[in-house]
Amino acid sequence: MPRLLSFALFLAVWWIGSLFAGDVKLPSPPAVLTVMIAEARSGDLFFHLGATLARVTLAFTLAMTLGAAIGYLMGRVRLADRLGDPWLILLLNLPALVVIVLAYIWAGLTEVAAIAAIAINKLPTAVVTLREGARALDAALDEMATVFAMPPWSKLRHVVLPQLSPYIAAAARSGLSLVWKIVLVAELLGRPNGVGFEIGVAFQLFDIPLLLAYSLSFAAVVLVIETLLVQPFEARLSRWRPRAA
Amino acid sequence: MRLEVDITSKKFESAAGEQHDVIGGVSFALDAGEVGVLVGPSGCGKSTMLRILAGLDHDFQGRVSRPVSARIGFVFQEPRLLPWRSVEENVRIAAPLADEAKLSALFDILELKAHRNHFPGELSLGLARRVALARAFAVEPDFLILDEPLASLDVALAARLRDEIATLVEGRSMITLLVTHDMDDAVRLGDRVILLSPRPARILADLPIRTPRSTRGDAETAAIKADIMRRINGDPTKQAAL
Repeated sequence: MPRLLSFALFLAVWWIGSLFAGDVKLPSPPAVLTVMIAEARSGDLFFHLGATLARVTLAFTLAMTLGAAIGYLMGRVRLADRLGDPWLILLLNLPALVVIVLAYIWAGLTEVAAIAAIAINKLPTAVVTLREGARALDAALDEMATVFAMPPWSKLRHVVLPQLSPYIAAAARSGLSLVWKIVLVAELLGRPNGVGFEIGVAFQLFDIPLLLAYSLSFAAVVLVIETLLVQPFEARLSRWRPRAA
Repeated sequence: MRLEVDITSKKFESAAGEQHDVIGGVSFALDAGEVGVLVGPSGCGKSTMLRILAGLDHDFQGRVSRPVSARIGFVFQEPRLLPWRSVEENVRIAAPLADEAKLSALFDILELKAHRNHFPGELSLGLARRVALARAFAVEPDFLILDEPLASLDVALAARLRDEIATLVEGRSMITLLVTHDMDDAVRLGDRVILLSPRPARILADLPIRTPRSTRGDAETAAIKADIMRRINGDPTKQAAL
């Protein structure tokens, strides 16, 4: 209920804003909705949303898997931390645009280049978060696992991953938003489809309703993913915690 | 199966870089079926010694020999359960080979039947200790280590749990090492009481208790305890002979 109320407030602010700014600069919600429906009817909306979503999924999975592995290693092995740290700082401070442009120049305007560039942008933040998680692992439980000779897989599943799960969830949440922002830039610069490509088109035509129709549709998709996937997953992982009042 | 311990020295470096001697010189041996009790003042290095014996700490001078393939059951001072797994899962994860019959017998003795599906965060300390005990016994250990399993429980609960431990120890032939600072627990559970000095730990006395555990009533334990107390506090030459 509070979520619905919050959404209604957003619509109200938007509508009032459009009355003040004028329909040309900020079209009203019904105007955008009309464009959205037209794009959906023609199938374009779903085609472009699907293309972007596929890139987000691939780049996100790649960055999270690699980032978790590297972060864990850096949090546990001192030498790895020493060796990896300068790289990490470099990557963290490298602008997304530089990575994308370089990737397109070196690997051509290809799908692989786009996904790799997006993943490289997300990778360092995943590493940093998971490194903190690995540093915070409980030594007492580690000793318990050693004494009881738990096999590595069992230890990972029952001892290590549950301790890392809040860090994984934090990295996933910030990562999802980061990846979807960067994916649009990559699409704008060098892909013939996707939400970013459509926004490029809308920019060239100064078509604000089209621009809003695509960006809000994708925001809606992200919201659905968050509500239906991320939050239930988190709730399941933390069901052992005593509930806060 | 036999545990032989000969630790000549164990040093520990504090965060400030100072060296501390934790263990001065401790050597003893325990056979299967024997319950050895290490008794000493708080902070004398008992827990450090247990970590060495369990193979968690290799940075010491001396020698510890235990059968290579010995399964270890360890009851830590804090229960060290996995808070994100239920009571039953905690036991099963440590002892994947234990069958249902064995587990229910264990849960029965330790009065955990009603708590199988609870999470550790929902248990009292006394119950969490029982889960840690169940876990240690479920692996069918060859070498059982109990680090102050009765500390900070009220007297009645400690007595109940002590009886439960005694029942479980009787049921299986293994090397058992119990650490406590409570002479009462030592005398009621042990076959041998090894008295340790304050830090750095040395053995002050190694005293066998000959009366079988099951026949030790209140009178016998009191007598044994008095005897031990007399031996440590009494004649120093006699103490050296022990």
